[in-house]
Amino acid sequence: MEFHLDQRSGLPVYLQIVQQVKEALRLGLLDVGDQLPTVREVVAELAINPNTVAKAYRELEHEGLVAATPGRGTFVTETLVDPSVEHHESLRRALLGWLVEARRMGLDEESILALISSTVREELDRRVA
Amino acid sequence: MTAPLETTALGKRHRSRWALRDCTLTAGEAEIVGVAGPNGAGKSTLLGLAVGLLAPTEGAVRVAGRDPRRDAGALQEVGYVAQDAPLYRPFSVGEMLEFGRATNRRWDGELALELLGGLAPRTPVVDLTPGERSQLALALALAKRPSLLLLDEPFARLDPLAGRHFLQVLMDGAAETGSTVLLATRVVADIERVCDRIVLLGEGRVRLDGPVEQLLATHRLLTGARRPLGRIRGVDEIVRERSSGRQLTLLVRTNGLPIDASWSVDEIGLEDLLLAYMAPEQLQAPPPPEPSRLRWHG
Repeated sequence: MEFHLDQRSGLPVYLQIVQQVKEALRLGLLDVGDQLPTVREVVAELAINPNTVAKAYRELEHEGLVAATPGRGTFVTETLVDPSVEHHESLRRALLGWLVEARRMGLDEESILALISSTVREELDRRVA
Repeated sequence: MTAPLETTALGKRHRSRWALRDCTLTAGEAEIVGVAGPNGAGKSTLLGLAVGLLAPTEGAVRVAGRDPRRDAGALQEVGYVAQDAPLYRPFSVGEMLEFGRATNRRWDGELALELLGGLAPRTPVVDLTPGERSQLALALALAKRPSLLLLDEPFARLDPLAGRHFLQVLMDGAAETGSTVLLATRVVADIERVCDRIVLLGEGRVRLDGPVEQLLATHRLLTGARRPLGRIRGVDEIVRERSSGRQLTLLVRTNGLPIDASWSVDEIGLEDLLLAYMAPEQLQAPPPPEPSRLRWHG
């Protein structure tokens, strides 16, 4: 990944790096096992102080998101991606509405489950094709 | 653990004028210290004392615990890039590297080449651009893997692009060697993004010394109605006072308590902060237009 700096943001440079790593973890651009750029790579790219990069990486380590292996580099140990969880609630509500409708039309539990599983299969087939 | 650089009540007098006086500071391991101040503030004198080119008039300077004037071993620990990046102009880049290898006990030729990037060893020094010349001087200084790297106005002759590239190579080298860096410059904007700490010199004295983050966190601009000034809650010291019309603007050092709510409070950037400490009088409202020395006999 590549970092960028916003000189006018007023946010300390090390926090900008911390935020950009977290953002990448949230978006899935970085995954467990991925290596962060080395301190030298970052300073040569951005012309910033190596201590600033080290501070940012220490902060990320402190938060349990990365781990430094001496001599090898800093690696991601935790991901912040969970795309589904935040949508579960609204999906469940939509599904409940659908179930109420299905009951009203006279479907029983067995027919409902059959309809759901056949639809899931059908959609899957269509995506693979 | 001895500090890479330590000065105690250090002073240097040139004839009747003190170029530096009562300078006490310590640069920690791998710290990147910006030495700021206007021309004649004592920046070059401080660097010259640290590298043993100048003898102190009073006080002491120690590099890795040793006296740079008496102990040749101390000089092995210092990399120095003087203002005009002096190089042997008839030499080629490769010959400069060979010279460095031959004259230094510790020499990392691989690092020198890495920091030089694509600079061809056969190029004569005379044919280098100012940016390349600075880069070569920097690579030579860093190849010693010094505990202390001193740079005197490295940006003075560089255009913004070359300056940026110089900074990149410098930071790369600092990351690799773990050297403590003292970067003397008049232009704070050049070094703002890289410094852990700022030492501000003015007329030979240390005006301000502290970690950049702490300096920014403990200074605020207060604006409010003009009034007689007593103690202000949340304020330790008024650094600069400026008034225009009925408005008063103060630069203050805060003490962490909430600031008196009758003031509106703003953050201040590093450059403005240092300017205020450098020359408070220059930032005051312009003086009345009538020059006092001229009399009108009409």
